[in-house]
Amino acid sequence: MVKIENLVKRYGTNYALNDISFEIGEGEIVGLLGPNGAGKSTTMNILTGYLSSTSGAAYVNGINILEEPIEAKKYIGFLPEQPPLYPEMTVSEYLNFVYELKGCQLDREAHLAEILAVVRLTDVKDRLIRNLSKGYKQRVGIAQAIVGDPKVIIFDEPTVGLDPKQILEVRNLIRTLGKRHTVILSTHILAEVQAVCERVIIINKGEIIADAKTDEITKTIEDGYRYEVKICGPQKDVLPAIKKLSGVISVEATGARDMDSMTYVIDTASGADVRKPLFALCATNAWPMIGLYPVGTDLESVFIKLVDTSDGKIGVKTKSKRSR
Amino acid sequence: MLAIFKRELRGYFTGVIGYVFLALFLAVAGAVFCYTTLFSMSADVSSYFTLMLIFCAIMLPILTMKSFSEERKAKTEQLLLTSPVSIPAMVLGKLLASYVIFAAAVVFTSFYFLILTPYATVKLALLLGNIVALLLVGFVFISIGLFVSSLTENQLSAAVGTIGIILGFLAIGIISMLIPDKYWIRYVFDSLSIFTRFSTFTNGYFDLASVVYYLSVGGIFLYLTIRIYDRRRYS
Repeated sequence: MVKIENLVKRYGTNYALNDISFEIGEGEIVGLLGPNGAGKSTTMNILTGYLSSTSGAAYVNGINILEEPIEAKKYIGFLPEQPPLYPEMTVSEYLNFVYELKGCQLDREAHLAEILAVVRLTDVKDRLIRNLSKGYKQRVGIAQAIVGDPKVIIFDEPTVGLDPKQILEVRNLIRTLGKRHTVILSTHILAEVQAVCERVIIINKGEIIADAKTDEITKTIEDGYRYEVKICGPQKDVLPAIKKLSGVISVEATGARDMDSMTYVIDTASGADVRKPLFALCATNAWPMIGLYPVGTDLESVFIKLVDTSDGKIGVKTKSKRSR
Repeated sequence: MLAIFKRELRGYFTGVIGYVFLALFLAVAGAVFCYTTLFSMSADVSSYFTLMLIFCAIMLPILTMKSFSEERKAKTEQLLLTSPVSIPAMVLGKLLASYVIFAAAVVFTSFYFLILTPYATVKLALLLGNIVALLLVGFVFISIGLFVSSLTENQLSAAVGTIGIILGFLAIGIISMLIPDKYWIRYVFDSLSIFTRFSTFTNGYFDLASVVYYLSVGGIFLYLTIRIYDRRRYS
């Protein structure tokens, strides 16, 4: 449905995208994950025909976006980073405008009513966009993207700036859309990808560093974990006891956070799960374990991990590095 | 294209620009009309249209200033540019919207001359020729305005820049007046001057070369606008 071939985007001597290729099938929900400035938005802007690439090609439904932009754009719904809203229009005026702009051939009344219902905007359809809250504006942006029932829907950071409840709503909405459309969304939040996407493409500094099913990525990340554990017990006994557990590489007491508990950071070997033996150890010694947290699931550690360990392991075709 | 035209036209009247433009245009046209005909006891149309030309040079940039700059600032152009609409169609939609408002104002105010008919003979052919000339010059001014608006995010710079370019075109006419007839450069200036060409119409000649000139200059600026958008994708 969507195919990107050796995409390069260069600004002067600076590569925003450096030879990116991937393919997305029909009905997939794919997350583009990466830190700010990784090239997510650039990829999306090229895919939607807003920018051109320096070299390489992007295809939507088999149509080259640069060669036949108008034909290709008919299959795309796009929510840019900042929703493209006209504040002086009402929600329903705006959606009618988008409907005409896209030259849709559907039953207008029914189609727009359905969209309003899906994104839950029916109550505010006659209000000026100017007066809507951020969450509602975002939903109008999503509504705009799905007008005309496009085959491919592209969301650029759809949950930025929303409150937790709205984030959940938007994620649910995207999951619903994924049943009928191919959805590509970009985000810099790992949990978002885990919650919504079946597949994740991780981009860093203009290059794809991982392309795999979400659970595979999650497994890779969880493999060889670092844990932070809080145990109430005498430090001189606890520390050597943990050290003796199999799979533990190192353990360090980092300080008392509250009353009588001590926090320990445990590094474990790849493939070893020390959580159960650790619990058993605490139980037999009657040291209450009051907390156990995995450390290093934030995006930054994920990148370090992927860049360090994977290098072609998870789904990325190994290729010769381009000199910059 | 039609969608953009309709939205744009509506946009003028959901904001204040449409009303301000029409109100000012009608007020100034009324005043100029009174001054050049009623007060000077004349049924001559030429001085009215000459003054209206200068007035349009200042007013039309206000009509076009937000066309592209506003979209760029609010990032709504991303919607237009990722929709299945070509860039020429987008530019044409914007042009038509501004032009319809301008043309409506010109045509409406031209009926003022009917007031004179009971008292004097108004040369109808001359009047029509002048209306056509003003509509053509308006096309040039609006095209320049759209072009400058596509260059900046700031509406005020768009308006000021447009007025600057238009005054430059008018200045060419003034410069040519200062050059003695015997130098060939004068004829170059004359033929490039919006003002000099306009005066052939106010003098009662329907000059086809001037019609072509206005259409070409307007066309060039529209083409440049389209190029700006094409070019930005590659930047």
